[in-house]
Amino acid sequence: MKFGVVTFPGSNCDYDTYHAITDVLGEEAVYLWHKARDLSGVDVVILPGGFSYGDYLRPGAIARFSPIMAEVHAHAKRGAPVIAICNGFQIACEAGLLPGALLRNASLKFVSEPVRLRVENSDTLFTNRYDVGQVLTMPIAHGDGRYTADDATLDRLESEGQVILRYVHSAGDADEYWSPNGSMRAIAGIVSASGNVMGMMPHPERAVDAILGSSDGIGVFESMLARVGA
Amino acid sequence: MNRFKVALHIVPRRGLLDPQGKAVADALQTLGFRSVQDVHVGRHVVLELNARDAADAEKDARAMCERLLANPVTEDFEIAAVTGGAA
Repeated sequence: MKFGVVTFPGSNCDYDTYHAITDVLGEEAVYLWHKARDLSGVDVVILPGGFSYGDYLRPGAIARFSPIMAEVHAHAKRGAPVIAICNGFQIACEAGLLPGALLRNASLKFVSEPVRLRVENSDTLFTNRYDVGQVLTMPIAHGDGRYTADDATLDRLESEGQVILRYVHSAGDADEYWSPNGSMRAIAGIVSASGNVMGMMPHPERAVDAILGSSDGIGVFESMLARVGA
Repeated sequence: MNRFKVALHIVPRRGLLDPQGKAVADALQTLGFRSVQDVHVGRHVVLELNARDAADAEKDARAMCERLLANPVTEDFEIAAVTGGAA
């Protein structure tokens, strides 16, 4: 399977993502420059973390106008997979690929630490290697990760199984939800109504090897292989 | 075509948690400004644009807010002033 990692000016997780795909997952990956007007035939597009365009105006607000985003829209509309991580999630929301928005952390602090995540739906392209209720450890590193949407949108996300990951308390009961950033309903990751676009604030690509403190993140990428076929 | 300046305010939608506004309100209270009840921190944007008249300038600015300058999910905007144009 061929993965395309988009590099915007200010992306800084593109190399980590490329490493996770090629060295750990053992699949093919290419970088896609934000000014490119084709996706080089990739099966999966990844919008990586970083600070595209210096977070000017709002995180992700300018990146959505990069030429490649028209191709990413077309790719998503065809039902092909898009993984949007951290700043990529912010871009996907600004671009209308996913509902809601990511606002300044409630604490006003940039938070960089491992968090625990509960798998809420394992019947998706991105989470089928996990079990519902399984608790994963992955790092977050963001200042603007407070997932926000109106109540109707939140209710719909929940009833349609589009909430795939929630933050849970780091020490206590795995069922006790807790937001390190003030996210509504402790939402850490969602999928689109069509199921092929996924956004999450935690970094699965930084949790792909025991030496990094956790290898729980690789399942996100392995899930794609299981569903889409190598 | 005439040249106009449009000033606009973009603020967090009322009812949404506004931690920045809350932090500033707390700081003002600490400084002794006991009268402060609530603060909302947003953005002030000044556009310089060409338009036929002030109404057109405002219409353009409104469309820019809806498409880019304000996030329709979390922010509200208001046109604060339209100045310039023919003397």
